Amino acid sequence: MALSNILETPAAGFNFDNVVRNAALEGLLEEQPPKPLKTGTTIAGLIFKDGVVLGADTRATSSEVVADKMCAKIHYIAPNIYCCGAGTAADTEKTTELLSSNLTIFSLNSGRNPRMVMAVNILQDMLYRYHGNIGANLILGGVDCTGNHLYTVGPWGSVNKVPYLAMGSGDLAALGILEDRFKHDLELEEAKELVRAAIHAGIMCDLGSGNNIDICVITRKGVDYIRPYQESAYKDTRKIKYKYRPGTTPVLTQKVVPLKLEVVQETVQQMDTA
Amino acid sequence: MAAAASMMPNFGQQISSKNDLVPDWTRQEVSTGTTIMAVEYDGGVVIGADSRTTTGAYIANRVTDKLTPIHDRIFCCRSGSAADTQAIADVVAYQLGFHSIELDEPPLVETAANLFRASCYRYREELMAGILVAGWDRRKGGQVYCVPIGGMLVRQPVSVGGSGSTYIYGFMDSNYKPGLSKDQCLELTAAALSLAMERDGSSGGVVRLASISEEGVERRVILGNQLPKFSTH
Repeated sequence: MALSNILETPAAGFNFDNVVRNAALEGLLEEQPPKPLKTGTTIAGLIFKDGVVLGADTRATSSEVVADKMCAKIHYIAPNIYCCGAGTAADTEKTTELLSSNLTIFSLNSGRNPRMVMAVNILQDMLYRYHGNIGANLILGGVDCTGNHLYTVGPWGSVNKVPYLAMGSGDLAALGILEDRFKHDLELEEAKELVRAAIHAGIMCDLGSGNNIDICVITRKGVDYIRPYQESAYKDTRKIKYKYRPGTTPVLTQKVVPLKLEVVQETVQQMDTA
Repeated sequence: MAAAASMMPNFGQQISSKNDLVPDWTRQEVSTGTTIMAVEYDGGVVIGADSRTTTGAYIANRVTDKLTPIHDRIFCCRSGSAADTQAIADVVAYQLGFHSIELDEPPLVETAANLFRASCYRYREELMAGILVAGWDRRKGGQVYCVPIGGMLVRQPVSVGGSGSTYIYGFMDSNYKPGLSKDQCLELTAAALSLAMERDGSSGGVVRLASISEEGVERRVILGNQLPKFSTH
Protein backbone atom coordinates (compact mmCIF):
# COMPACT_ATOMS: atom_id res chain seq x y z
CA MET A 1 0.00 0.00 0.00
CA ALA A 2 1.58 3.31 -1.09
CA LEU A 3 2.01 6.31 1.18
CA SER A 4 -0.59 8.97 0.48
CA ASN A 5 1.97 11.78 0.11
CA ILE A 6 3.85 10.09 -2.74
CA LEU A 7 2.19 10.48 -6.12
CA GLU A 8 2.13 7.17 -7.95
CA THR A 9 1.05 6.62 -11.51
CA PRO A 10 -1.80 4.11 -11.28
CA ALA A 11 -1.13 0.71 -12.87
CA ALA A 12 -2.98 -0.15 -16.06
CA GLY A 13 -6.12 -2.29 -15.98
CA PHE A 14 -8.63 -2.77 -13.22
CA ASN A 15 -7.68 -2.22 -9.58
CA PHE A 16 -9.48 -4.55 -7.21
CA ASP A 17 -7.82 -3.21 -4.02
CA ASN A 18 -11.06 -1.87 -2.61
CA VAL A 19 -13.12 -5.04 -2.98
CA VAL A 20 -12.50 -6.20 0.60
CA ARG A 21 -13.15 -2.73 1.97
CA ASN A 22 -16.40 -2.43 0.01
CA ALA A 23 -17.60 -5.81 1.18
CA ALA A 24 -16.96 -4.79 4.79
CA LEU A 25 -18.69 -1.43 4.30
CA GLU A 26 -21.72 -3.05 2.74
CA GLY A 27 -22.22 -5.01 5.91
CA LEU A 28 -21.97 -1.86 8.05
CA LEU A 29 -24.06 0.48 5.95
CA GLU A 30 -27.74 -0.19 5.54
CA GLU A 31 -28.18 1.86 2.36
CA GLN A 32 -27.24 0.76 -1.14
CA PRO A 33 -23.66 1.43 -2.17
CA PRO A 34 -23.25 4.31 -4.66
CA LYS A 35 -23.83 3.23 -8.25
CA PRO A 36 -21.77 4.21 -11.31
CA LEU A 37 -23.31 6.75 -13.66
CA LYS A 38 -25.42 4.93 -16.23
CA THR A 39 -26.73 6.68 -19.28
CA GLY A 40 -30.22 5.04 -19.07
CA THR A 41 -30.64 5.63 -22.73
CA THR A 42 -32.44 4.98 -25.96
CA ILE A 43 -30.22 4.36 -28.97
CA ALA A 44 -31.25 2.92 -32.32
CA GLY A 45 -29.82 2.25 -35.74
CA LEU A 46 -30.96 0.96 -39.09
CA ILE A 47 -29.58 0.21 -42.53
CA PHE A 48 -31.27 2.03 -45.40
CA LYS A 49 -30.72 2.10 -49.13
CA ASP A 50 -27.62 4.30 -49.20
CA GLY A 51 -26.09 3.69 -45.79
CA VAL A 52 -26.75 3.63 -42.06
CA VAL A 53 -28.75 5.94 -39.77
CA LEU A 54 -27.95 6.05 -36.06
CA GLY A 55 -30.06 7.86 -33.46
CA ALA A 56 -29.79 8.57 -29.75
CA ASP A 57 -31.45 10.60 -27.03
CA THR A 58 -29.32 13.07 -25.05
CA ARG A 59 -30.12 12.47 -21.39
CA ALA A 60 -27.52 11.21 -18.92
CA THR A 61 -28.93 10.24 -15.52
CA SER A 62 -27.36 9.79 -12.11
CA SER A 63 -30.07 7.74 -10.39
CA GLU A 64 -33.09 10.07 -10.41
CA VAL A 65 -31.32 13.29 -11.37
CA VAL A 66 -30.57 14.29 -14.95
CA ALA A 67 -26.83 14.83 -14.92
CA ASP A 68 -26.45 16.02 -18.51
CA LYS A 69 -29.26 17.28 -20.76
CA MET A 70 -27.19 17.41 -23.92
CA CYS A 71 -25.00 14.34 -23.63
CA ALA A 72 -23.46 13.09 -26.87
CA LYS A 73 -24.07 9.38 -27.17
CA ILE A 74 -23.06 8.95 -30.80
CA HIS A 75 -19.29 8.65 -30.75
CA TYR A 76 -16.86 9.07 -33.59
CA ILE A 77 -14.84 5.99 -34.38
CA ALA A 78 -13.58 6.62 -37.89
CA PRO A 79 -14.64 8.91 -40.77
CA ASN A 80 -16.96 6.16 -41.95
CA ILE A 81 -17.84 4.49 -38.64
CA TYR A 82 -19.87 5.86 -35.72
CA CYS A 83 -20.91 4.15 -32.51
CA CYS A 84 -23.83 4.67 -30.13
CA GLY A 85 -23.18 3.65 -26.54
CA ALA A 86 -25.51 2.57 -23.75
CA GLY A 87 -24.59 1.34 -20.29
CA THR A 88 -22.01 2.85 -17.98
CA ALA A 89 -21.15 6.31 -19.38
CA ALA A 90 -17.44 6.18 -18.55
CA ASP A 91 -17.04 2.73 -20.07
CA THR A 92 -18.69 3.59 -23.36
CA GLU A 93 -16.67 6.82 -23.67
CA LYS A 94 -13.31 5.26 -23.02
CA THR A 95 -13.93 2.09 -25.00
CA THR A 96 -14.97 4.05 -28.07
CA GLU A 97 -12.02 6.43 -27.71
CA LEU A 98 -9.64 3.49 -27.45
CA LEU A 99 -11.18 1.90 -30.52
CA SER A 100 -10.98 5.16 -32.43
CA SER A 101 -7.29 5.59 -31.58
CA ASN A 102 -6.45 2.05 -32.64
CA LEU A 103 -8.24 2.41 -35.95
CA THR A 104 -6.59 5.77 -36.64
CA ILE A 105 -3.17 4.19 -36.10
CA PHE A 106 -4.14 1.39 -38.46
CA SER A 107 -5.26 3.92 -41.09
CA LEU A 108 -2.02 5.84 -40.84
CA ASN A 109 0.06 2.69 -41.04
CA SER A 110 -1.70 1.06 -43.95
CA GLY A 111 -3.16 4.02 -45.82
CA ARG A 112 -6.57 2.34 -45.90
CA ASN A 113 -9.93 3.28 -44.44
CA PRO A 114 -10.86 1.01 -41.56
CA ARG A 115 -13.56 -1.60 -42.09
CA MET A 116 -16.53 -2.32 -39.85
CA VAL A 117 -15.45 -5.90 -39.16
CA MET A 118 -12.15 -4.59 -37.78
CA ALA A 119 -13.91 -2.29 -35.33
CA VAL A 120 -16.24 -5.09 -34.29
CA ASN A 121 -13.43 -7.59 -33.80
CA ILE A 122 -11.34 -5.20 -31.71
CA LEU A 123 -14.34 -4.40 -29.51
CA GLN A 124 -15.38 -8.02 -29.15
CA ASP A 125 -11.84 -9.02 -28.25
CA MET A 126 -11.51 -6.34 -25.59
CA LEU A 127 -14.92 -6.77 -23.99
CA TYR A 128 -14.61 -10.56 -23.88
CA ARG A 129 -11.23 -10.28 -22.21
CA TYR A 130 -12.77 -8.18 -19.42
CA HIS A 131 -15.59 -10.68 -18.89
CA GLY A 132 -18.43 -8.21 -18.58
CA ASN A 133 -16.68 -5.83 -16.17
CA ILE A 134 -16.81 -3.09 -18.82
CA GLY A 135 -20.48 -2.15 -18.95
CA ALA A 136 -20.68 -1.07 -22.57
CA ASN A 137 -23.62 -1.92 -24.84
CA LEU A 138 -22.64 -0.57 -28.24
CA ILE A 139 -24.32 -0.14 -31.61
CA LEU A 140 -21.77 0.25 -34.39
CA GLY A 141 -22.85 1.54 -37.75
CA GLY A 142 -20.74 2.33 -40.75
CA VAL A 143 -20.18 2.20 -44.46
CA ASP A 144 -17.03 0.72 -45.93
CA CYS A 145 -15.88 -0.78 -49.20
CA THR A 146 -17.82 -3.99 -48.50
CA GLY A 147 -21.15 -2.28 -47.92
CA ASN A 148 -23.41 -0.89 -45.19
CA HIS A 149 -23.20 -2.62 -41.83
CA LEU A 150 -24.86 -2.44 -38.44
CA TYR A 151 -23.52 -4.45 -35.50
CA THR A 152 -24.24 -4.64 -31.80
CA VAL A 153 -21.65 -5.65 -29.21
CA GLY A 154 -22.70 -6.66 -25.70
CA PRO A 155 -20.73 -6.14 -22.47
CA TRP A 156 -19.63 -9.76 -22.35
CA GLY A 157 -18.37 -9.69 -25.90
CA SER A 158 -21.19 -11.15 -27.97
CA VAL A 159 -21.71 -9.73 -31.44
CA ASN A 160 -24.89 -9.60 -33.52
CA LYS A 161 -25.17 -8.37 -37.09
CA VAL A 162 -28.65 -7.05 -37.80
CA PRO A 163 -30.47 -4.71 -40.22
CA TYR A 164 -32.03 -2.61 -37.42
CA LEU A 165 -31.94 -2.52 -33.66
CA ALA A 166 -32.35 -0.49 -30.49
CA MET A 167 -30.48 -0.65 -27.18
CA GLY A 168 -30.58 0.93 -23.75
CA SER A 169 -33.33 1.20 -21.17
CA GLY A 170 -35.78 2.56 -23.74
CA ASP A 171 -35.10 -0.11 -26.32
CA LEU A 172 -38.37 -2.00 -25.93
CA ALA A 173 -40.35 1.08 -26.86
CA ALA A 174 -38.04 1.96 -29.75
CA LEU A 175 -37.98 -1.60 -31.03
CA GLY A 176 -41.77 -1.63 -31.14
CA ILE A 177 -41.69 1.23 -33.64
CA LEU A 178 -38.86 -0.33 -35.63
CA GLU A 179 -40.45 -3.78 -35.79
CA ASP A 180 -43.66 -2.24 -37.06
CA ARG A 181 -42.33 0.13 -39.70
CA PHE A 182 -38.94 -1.13 -40.81
CA LYS A 183 -38.52 -2.17 -44.44
CA HIS A 184 -35.37 -2.96 -46.37
CA ASP A 185 -33.99 -0.22 -48.66
CA LEU A 186 -35.80 2.77 -47.21
CA GLU A 187 -35.10 6.20 -48.61
CA LEU A 188 -33.05 8.70 -46.61
CA GLU A 189 -35.90 10.86 -45.30
CA GLU A 190 -38.03 7.84 -44.38
CA ALA A 191 -35.09 6.27 -42.58
CA LYS A 192 -34.36 9.42 -40.59
CA GLU A 193 -38.02 9.79 -39.69
CA LEU A 194 -38.25 6.16 -38.58
CA VAL A 195 -35.21 6.46 -36.31
CA ARG A 196 -36.53 9.71 -34.94
CA ALA A 197 -39.87 8.07 -34.18
CA ALA A 198 -38.14 5.14 -32.50
CA ILE A 199 -36.04 7.37 -30.24
CA HIS A 200 -39.08 9.52 -29.56
CA ALA A 201 -40.98 6.43 -28.37
CA GLY A 202 -38.07 5.63 -26.08
CA ILE A 203 -38.10 9.19 -24.71
CA MET A 204 -41.84 9.14 -24.11
CA CYS A 205 -42.03 5.71 -22.53
CA ASP A 206 -38.80 5.51 -20.53
CA LEU A 207 -37.76 7.68 -17.59
CA GLY A 208 -34.08 7.20 -18.26
CA SER A 209 -34.29 8.72 -21.75
CA GLY A 210 -35.24 12.23 -22.69
CA ASN A 211 -34.40 15.71 -23.94
CA ASN A 212 -33.22 16.02 -27.50
CA ILE A 213 -32.70 13.53 -30.33
CA ASP A 214 -29.40 13.26 -32.21
CA ILE A 215 -29.26 11.64 -35.63
CA CYS A 216 -26.17 10.53 -37.54
CA VAL A 217 -26.42 9.55 -41.20
CA ILE A 218 -23.47 7.68 -42.71
CA THR A 219 -23.27 7.11 -46.45
CA ARG A 220 -20.53 6.55 -49.01
CA LYS A 221 -20.48 10.28 -49.66
CA GLY A 222 -19.90 11.19 -46.04
CA VAL A 223 -21.39 11.72 -42.63
CA ASP A 224 -24.21 14.03 -41.59
CA TYR A 225 -24.17 14.38 -37.80
CA ILE A 226 -27.30 16.34 -36.91
CA ARG A 227 -27.14 17.40 -33.30
CA PRO A 228 -29.86 17.99 -32.28
CA TYR A 229 -32.22 16.62 -34.92
CA GLN A 230 -35.23 17.29 -32.79
CA GLU A 231 -35.25 19.48 -29.74
CA SER A 232 -37.25 18.67 -26.68
CA ALA A 233 -40.57 20.47 -26.36
CA TYR A 234 -39.61 21.33 -22.80
CA LYS A 235 -36.78 23.79 -23.20
CA ASP A 236 -35.74 26.15 -20.46
CA THR A 237 -34.50 29.68 -21.12
CA ARG A 238 -31.68 29.73 -18.59
CA LYS A 239 -28.32 30.85 -19.90
CA ILE A 240 -25.35 28.52 -19.59
CA LYS A 241 -22.81 31.25 -18.78
CA TYR A 242 -23.37 33.94 -16.23
CA LYS A 243 -21.05 36.88 -16.82
CA TYR A 244 -21.43 40.04 -14.73
CA ARG A 245 -20.17 43.36 -16.06
CA PRO A 246 -17.47 45.10 -14.01
CA GLY A 247 -19.10 47.43 -11.44
CA THR A 248 -22.11 45.21 -10.73
CA THR A 249 -20.85 44.74 -7.18
CA PRO A 250 -20.16 48.16 -5.46
CA VAL A 251 -16.66 48.60 -3.98
CA LEU A 252 -16.78 50.02 -0.40
CA THR A 253 -13.09 50.18 0.62
CA GLN A 254 -9.78 49.55 -1.11
CA LYS A 255 -6.34 48.87 0.44
CA VAL A 256 -3.16 48.38 -1.62
CA VAL A 257 -0.23 46.50 0.00
CA PRO A 258 2.94 46.26 -2.13
CA LEU A 259 4.58 42.84 -2.07
CA LYS A 260 8.35 43.00 -1.48
CA LEU A 261 10.23 40.50 -3.58
CA GLU A 262 13.93 39.59 -3.28
CA VAL A 263 15.93 38.05 -6.07
CA VAL A 264 17.23 34.83 -4.54
CA GLN A 265 18.79 33.10 -7.54
CA GLU A 266 19.41 34.10 -11.12
CA THR A 267 20.35 31.62 -13.83
CA VAL A 268 20.97 32.36 -17.47
CA GLN A 269 20.60 29.63 -20.04
CA GLN A 270 21.86 30.27 -23.56
CA MET A 271 19.43 29.37 -26.30
CA ASP A 272 21.00 27.55 -29.19
CA THR A 273 19.84 29.56 -32.18
CA ALA A 274 22.27 28.21 -34.73
CA MET B 1 -27.01 -34.87 -19.51
CA ALA B 2 -28.21 -31.65 -17.91
CA ALA B 3 -29.56 -29.28 -20.49
CA ALA B 4 -27.54 -26.14 -21.08
CA ALA B 5 -29.49 -23.68 -18.99
CA SER B 6 -29.98 -20.16 -20.21
CA MET B 7 -29.41 -18.82 -16.72
CA MET B 8 -25.69 -18.63 -16.17
CA PRO B 9 -23.80 -18.01 -12.92
CA ASN B 10 -22.67 -14.39 -13.15
CA PHE B 11 -18.92 -14.05 -13.07
CA GLY B 12 -19.34 -10.35 -13.80
CA GLN B 13 -21.24 -7.68 -11.94
CA GLN B 14 -23.47 -8.75 -9.11
CA ILE B 15 -24.72 -5.18 -8.49
CA SER B 16 -28.46 -5.28 -8.81
CA SER B 17 -30.86 -2.71 -7.47
CA LYS B 18 -34.60 -2.31 -7.38
CA ASN B 19 -34.63 1.44 -7.89
CA ASP B 20 -32.52 1.66 -10.99
CA LEU B 21 -33.94 3.08 -14.20
CA VAL B 22 -32.11 0.41 -16.14
CA PRO B 23 -33.97 -2.92 -16.15
CA ASP B 24 -32.41 -6.07 -14.77
CA TRP B 25 -32.07 -8.01 -17.98
CA THR B 26 -29.58 -5.48 -19.38
CA ARG B 27 -27.10 -6.82 -16.87
CA GLN B 28 -27.68 -10.45 -17.72
CA GLU B 29 -25.24 -12.19 -19.94
CA VAL B 30 -26.46 -12.87 -23.46
CA SER B 31 -27.25 -16.55 -23.80
CA THR B 32 -28.11 -18.54 -26.87
CA GLY B 33 -30.63 -20.67 -24.83
CA THR B 34 -31.21 -22.78 -27.81
CA THR B 35 -32.06 -25.91 -29.72
CA ILE B 36 -29.41 -27.31 -32.02
CA MET B 37 -29.27 -30.58 -33.89
CA ALA B 38 -26.92 -32.48 -36.18
CA VAL B 39 -27.52 -35.70 -38.13
CA GLU B 40 -25.15 -37.83 -40.18
CA TYR B 41 -26.21 -39.35 -43.46
CA ASP B 42 -24.30 -41.32 -46.06
CA GLY B 43 -22.25 -38.63 -47.83
CA GLY B 44 -22.56 -35.75 -45.39
CA VAL B 45 -24.30 -34.16 -42.45
CA VAL B 46 -27.38 -32.04 -41.87
CA ILE B 47 -27.27 -29.41 -39.14
CA GLY B 48 -30.01 -27.17 -37.80
CA ALA B 49 -30.64 -24.54 -35.16
CA ASP B 50 -33.31 -22.13 -34.00
CA SER B 51 -32.58 -18.38 -34.12
CA ARG B 52 -33.29 -16.92 -30.70
CA THR B 53 -30.70 -15.20 -28.47
CA THR B 54 -31.94 -14.14 -25.05
CA THR B 55 -30.70 -11.76 -22.34
CA GLY B 56 -32.70 -12.99 -19.39
CA ALA B 57 -36.30 -12.64 -20.51
CA TYR B 58 -35.61 -10.32 -23.43
CA ILE B 59 -34.89 -11.60 -26.94
CA ALA B 60 -31.74 -9.77 -27.96
CA ASN B 61 -31.69 -11.17 -31.49
CA ARG B 62 -34.57 -13.08 -33.10
CA VAL B 63 -32.70 -13.93 -36.30
CA THR B 64 -29.42 -15.27 -34.92
CA ASP B 65 -27.26 -17.54 -37.01
CA LYS B 66 -26.00 -20.24 -34.68
CA LEU B 67 -24.50 -22.35 -37.46
CA THR B 68 -20.98 -21.00 -37.60
CA PRO B 69 -18.49 -22.04 -40.31
CA ILE B 70 -15.15 -23.21 -38.95
CA HIS B 71 -13.77 -24.30 -42.29
CA ASP B 72 -15.05 -24.95 -45.82
CA ARG B 73 -16.73 -28.25 -44.93
CA ILE B 74 -16.87 -28.01 -41.13
CA PHE B 75 -19.52 -26.16 -39.15
CA CYS B 76 -20.33 -25.85 -35.48
CA CYS B 77 -23.69 -25.35 -33.79
CA ARG B 78 -23.42 -23.06 -30.78
CA SER B 79 -25.41 -23.18 -27.54
CA GLY B 80 -24.79 -21.62 -24.14
CA SER B 81 -23.27 -18.20 -23.63
CA ALA B 82 -23.20 -16.20 -26.86
CA ALA B 83 -19.93 -14.44 -26.03
CA ASP B 84 -18.14 -17.61 -24.97
CA THR B 85 -19.19 -19.64 -27.99
CA GLN B 86 -18.36 -16.86 -30.44
CA ALA B 87 -14.93 -16.50 -28.85
CA ILE B 88 -14.22 -20.24 -28.90
CA ALA B 89 -15.43 -20.58 -32.48
CA ASP B 90 -13.10 -17.74 -33.54
CA VAL B 91 -10.14 -19.33 -31.78
CA VAL B 92 -10.79 -22.78 -33.25
CA ALA B 93 -11.36 -21.37 -36.74
CA TYR B 94 -7.98 -19.69 -36.53
CA GLN B 95 -6.21 -22.78 -35.21
CA LEU B 96 -7.84 -25.04 -37.78
CA GLY B 97 -7.10 -22.63 -40.64
CA PHE B 98 -3.46 -22.49 -39.63
CA HIS B 99 -3.27 -26.28 -39.31
CA SER B 100 -4.88 -26.76 -42.71
CA ILE B 101 -2.43 -24.38 -44.39
CA GLU B 102 0.48 -26.21 -42.77
CA LEU B 103 -0.76 -29.59 -43.99
CA ASP B 104 -1.82 -28.17 -47.35
CA GLU B 105 -4.98 -30.27 -47.27
CA PRO B 106 -8.53 -29.87 -45.93
CA PRO B 107 -8.71 -30.54 -42.18
CA LEU B 108 -10.51 -33.49 -40.60
CA VAL B 109 -13.74 -33.00 -38.66
CA GLU B 110 -12.20 -34.97 -35.82
CA THR B 111 -9.38 -32.42 -35.63
CA ALA B 112 -11.85 -29.56 -35.36
CA ALA B 113 -13.79 -31.42 -32.67
CA ASN B 114 -10.61 -32.03 -30.71
CA LEU B 115 -9.64 -28.37 -30.90
CA PHE B 116 -13.06 -27.44 -29.49
CA ARG B 117 -12.70 -30.03 -26.77
CA ALA B 118 -9.24 -28.79 -25.83
CA SER B 119 -10.50 -25.23 -25.27
CA CYS B 120 -13.77 -26.26 -23.61
CA TYR B 121 -12.08 -28.67 -21.20
CA ARG B 122 -9.12 -26.49 -20.26
CA TYR B 123 -11.33 -23.51 -19.44
CA ARG B 124 -14.32 -25.51 -18.26
CA GLU B 125 -14.69 -23.43 -15.05
CA GLU B 126 -14.91 -20.12 -16.90
CA LEU B 127 -16.86 -21.14 -19.97
CA MET B 128 -20.50 -21.99 -20.60
CA ALA B 129 -20.52 -23.58 -24.04
CA GLY B 130 -22.26 -26.62 -25.53
CA ILE B 131 -21.16 -27.21 -29.10
CA LEU B 132 -21.97 -29.66 -31.89
CA VAL B 133 -19.20 -30.01 -34.46
CA ALA B 134 -20.33 -31.41 -37.81
CA GLY B 135 -18.83 -31.65 -41.25
CA TRP B 136 -17.52 -33.74 -44.08
CA ASP B 137 -14.02 -34.94 -44.82
CA ARG B 138 -12.53 -37.41 -47.24
CA ARG B 139 -11.44 -39.95 -44.66
CA LYS B 140 -14.63 -40.67 -42.76
CA GLY B 141 -17.32 -38.81 -44.68
CA GLY B 142 -20.04 -37.07 -42.71
CA GLN B 143 -19.40 -36.92 -38.96
CA VAL B 144 -21.10 -35.37 -35.93
CA TYR B 145 -19.19 -34.77 -32.71
CA CYS B 146 -20.77 -33.60 -29.48
CA VAL B 147 -18.78 -31.30 -27.14
CA PRO B 148 -21.15 -30.49 -24.26
CA ILE B 149 -20.51 -28.28 -21.20
CA GLY B 150 -17.50 -29.61 -19.33
CA GLY B 151 -15.53 -30.56 -22.41
CA MET B 152 -16.42 -34.16 -23.21
CA LEU B 153 -15.96 -35.35 -26.79
CA VAL B 154 -18.01 -38.11 -28.32
CA ARG B 155 -18.98 -39.00 -31.87
CA GLN B 156 -22.66 -39.71 -32.41
CA PRO B 157 -24.71 -40.37 -35.56
CA VAL B 158 -27.32 -37.89 -34.35
CA SER B 159 -27.05 -35.34 -31.57
CA VAL B 160 -29.15 -32.52 -30.10
CA GLY B 161 -28.09 -29.76 -27.75
CA GLY B 162 -29.22 -26.63 -25.99
CA SER B 163 -32.00 -25.90 -23.55
CA GLY B 164 -34.69 -27.10 -25.96
CA SER B 165 -33.06 -30.45 -26.57
CA THR B 166 -34.68 -32.05 -23.52
CA TYR B 167 -38.06 -31.81 -25.21
CA ILE B 168 -37.07 -33.77 -28.29
CA TYR B 169 -35.01 -36.69 -27.01
CA GLY B 170 -38.06 -38.93 -27.26
CA PHE B 171 -38.90 -37.71 -30.76
CA MET B 172 -35.32 -38.24 -31.87
CA ASP B 173 -35.01 -41.70 -30.35
CA SER B 174 -38.20 -42.92 -31.96
CA ASN B 175 -37.83 -41.27 -35.38
CA TYR B 176 -34.15 -41.57 -36.20
CA LYS B 177 -33.04 -44.65 -38.09
CA PRO B 178 -29.61 -45.26 -39.58
CA GLY B 179 -29.57 -45.04 -43.36
CA LEU B 180 -31.77 -41.97 -43.86
CA SER B 181 -31.33 -39.92 -47.03
CA LYS B 182 -30.37 -36.24 -47.03
CA ASP B 183 -33.93 -35.04 -47.55
CA GLN B 184 -35.25 -37.28 -44.81
CA CYS B 185 -32.60 -35.89 -42.48
CA LEU B 186 -33.62 -32.32 -43.39
CA GLU B 187 -37.25 -33.13 -42.66
CA LEU B 188 -36.38 -34.83 -39.39
CA THR B 189 -34.27 -31.89 -38.25
CA ALA B 190 -36.91 -29.33 -39.21
CA ALA B 191 -39.62 -31.31 -37.41
CA ALA B 192 -37.53 -31.83 -34.28
CA LEU B 193 -36.53 -28.18 -34.07
CA SER B 194 -40.13 -27.03 -34.56
CA LEU B 195 -41.29 -29.25 -31.72
CA ALA B 196 -38.57 -27.98 -29.42
CA MET B 197 -39.26 -24.35 -30.35
CA GLU B 198 -42.92 -24.89 -29.58
CA ARG B 199 -42.19 -26.05 -26.05
CA ASP B 200 -39.00 -24.24 -25.01
CA GLY B 201 -39.29 -20.55 -24.17
CA SER B 202 -35.65 -19.92 -24.90
CA SER B 203 -35.87 -21.30 -28.45
CA GLY B 204 -37.78 -19.74 -31.30
CA GLY B 205 -37.69 -17.56 -34.38
CA VAL B 206 -36.79 -19.28 -37.63
CA VAL B 207 -35.19 -22.65 -38.34
CA ARG B 208 -31.81 -22.45 -40.01
CA LEU B 209 -30.67 -25.60 -41.79
CA ALA B 210 -27.49 -26.50 -43.58
CA SER B 211 -26.34 -29.62 -45.34
CA ILE B 212 -22.63 -30.28 -45.76
CA SER B 213 -21.23 -32.79 -48.23
CA GLU B 214 -18.36 -33.22 -50.65
CA GLU B 215 -20.10 -30.90 -53.13
CA GLY B 216 -20.32 -28.07 -50.64
CA VAL B 217 -22.62 -26.37 -48.16
CA GLU B 218 -26.29 -25.69 -48.86
CA ARG B 219 -28.03 -23.33 -46.45
CA ARG B 220 -31.71 -22.68 -46.08
CA VAL B 221 -34.11 -20.93 -43.74
CA ILE B 222 -37.60 -22.01 -42.75
CA LEU B 223 -39.60 -18.97 -41.65
CA GLY B 224 -41.92 -19.03 -38.66
CA ASN B 225 -45.12 -19.39 -40.63
CA GLN B 226 -43.71 -22.19 -42.80
CA LEU B 227 -42.69 -24.46 -39.94
CA PRO B 228 -44.30 -27.91 -39.78
CA LYS B 229 -47.32 -27.71 -37.51
CA PHE B 230 -48.00 -30.41 -34.95
CA SER B 231 -50.37 -29.27 -32.27
CA THR B 232 -54.02 -28.70 -32.92
CA HIS B 233 -54.82 -27.51 -29.39
